[in-house]
Amino acid sequence: MKKVLIPLSVLPILFLLAYGFWTDPSFVPSPLIEKPAPPFALTLFDGGDLSLDGLRGKVVVVNFWASWCFPACYDEAPVLEGAWRAYKDRDVVVVGVNVQDTEKAAREFMDRFQFTFPNGPDPQGKISIDYGVYGIPETFVLDKEGRIAFKHVGAVTANVLTTQIEGLLRRAPQVEESTGGHEREA
Amino acid sequence: MNVRRRRGGVVRPGATGVCRGGGIYLALLVLSIMVVVLPLGASSLEEQVRQVTAELRCPVCQGLSVADSPSRMANQMRDLIRERLQAGESPEAVKAYFVERYGEWILLAPKREGFNLLVWVLPFLGLGGGAVVLVVVLRRWRKRAEAVPASVDVDPAYLDRVRREMAQDQS
Repeated sequence: MKKVLIPLSVLPILFLLAYGFWTDPSFVPSPLIEKPAPPFALTLFDGGDLSLDGLRGKVVVVNFWASWCFPACYDEAPVLEGAWRAYKDRDVVVVGVNVQDTEKAAREFMDRFQFTFPNGPDPQGKISIDYGVYGIPETFVLDKEGRIAFKHVGAVTANVLTTQIEGLLRRAPQVEESTGGHEREA
Repeated sequence: MNVRRRRGGVVRPGATGVCRGGGIYLALLVLSIMVVVLPLGASSLEEQVRQVTAELRCPVCQGLSVADSPSRMANQMRDLIRERLQAGESPEAVKAYFVERYGEWILLAPKREGFNLLVWVLPFLGLGGGAVVLVVVLRRWRKRAEAVPASVDVDPAYLDRVRREMAQDQS
């Protein structure tokens, strides 16, 4: 009896502990994946406005950052600027949303990394909450139809960003080609 | 008779007086209850804000509710919640909005449905299981305790001596 009872009571506890230690509590799966991206409008730091609706038909990278977010935002800043410069002529837009920051600090950050992609503040945090942001930085990649295809938490690397952008750039025409093929077959 | 009548005469107006006074007291009581209870029943905006924020997790904190967090993000969430409630959204709808954006993770207490029910049921199952184990163990102990005296041989002479000495003590 005891030989059975002890493992019977210890095993569930071990499973529970194993589950608890293997899962990362700081990782929260976003329910927004494959959902339409919440629309937003930004008043850009360099003047002018940007509306997400106006970017339909392009792959959009939305990055939430802050100047106080060290080192992650500092690590990924050159990656974002690099992606923007590499892809801006291929229907890709990188948008920076500056959250919980002061304008002065944000501008210094942008100067430091020579940002040329559109950036604007989210003074009331409404855009961040709409995107379910729970940590800085977070990066969303939107497909050409305006759906959230991918979310990255923490500093995004060139490898991840390129893979996602290339995948989405390739995806849209592929769908059209395959339906065209079906029509031809029929 | 006279006394009784007089008494009745005295009592009657007094009774109506008491009655009238009682009416005033009753009215005051009802009024004060209304004053105390009505704001709660109507649940003022701030009360609703407090209620919703207490149930939502502050996303940038560790296990803190939006109501308890002094962080800037929690402040922004409070403002947004107030704004949405003011616009006529129900507290449930506001919570649903946050669940839609953040997932159920944003709720401090898991919804009482599906797999989550385990969290609500398990403590009671544990308590019941513990009680069963306790009863079984206690019964076993009692059986053992009952079995023990029967199995012990006592020297009758020794028992006699103990009884005698106890009787001496008592006398």
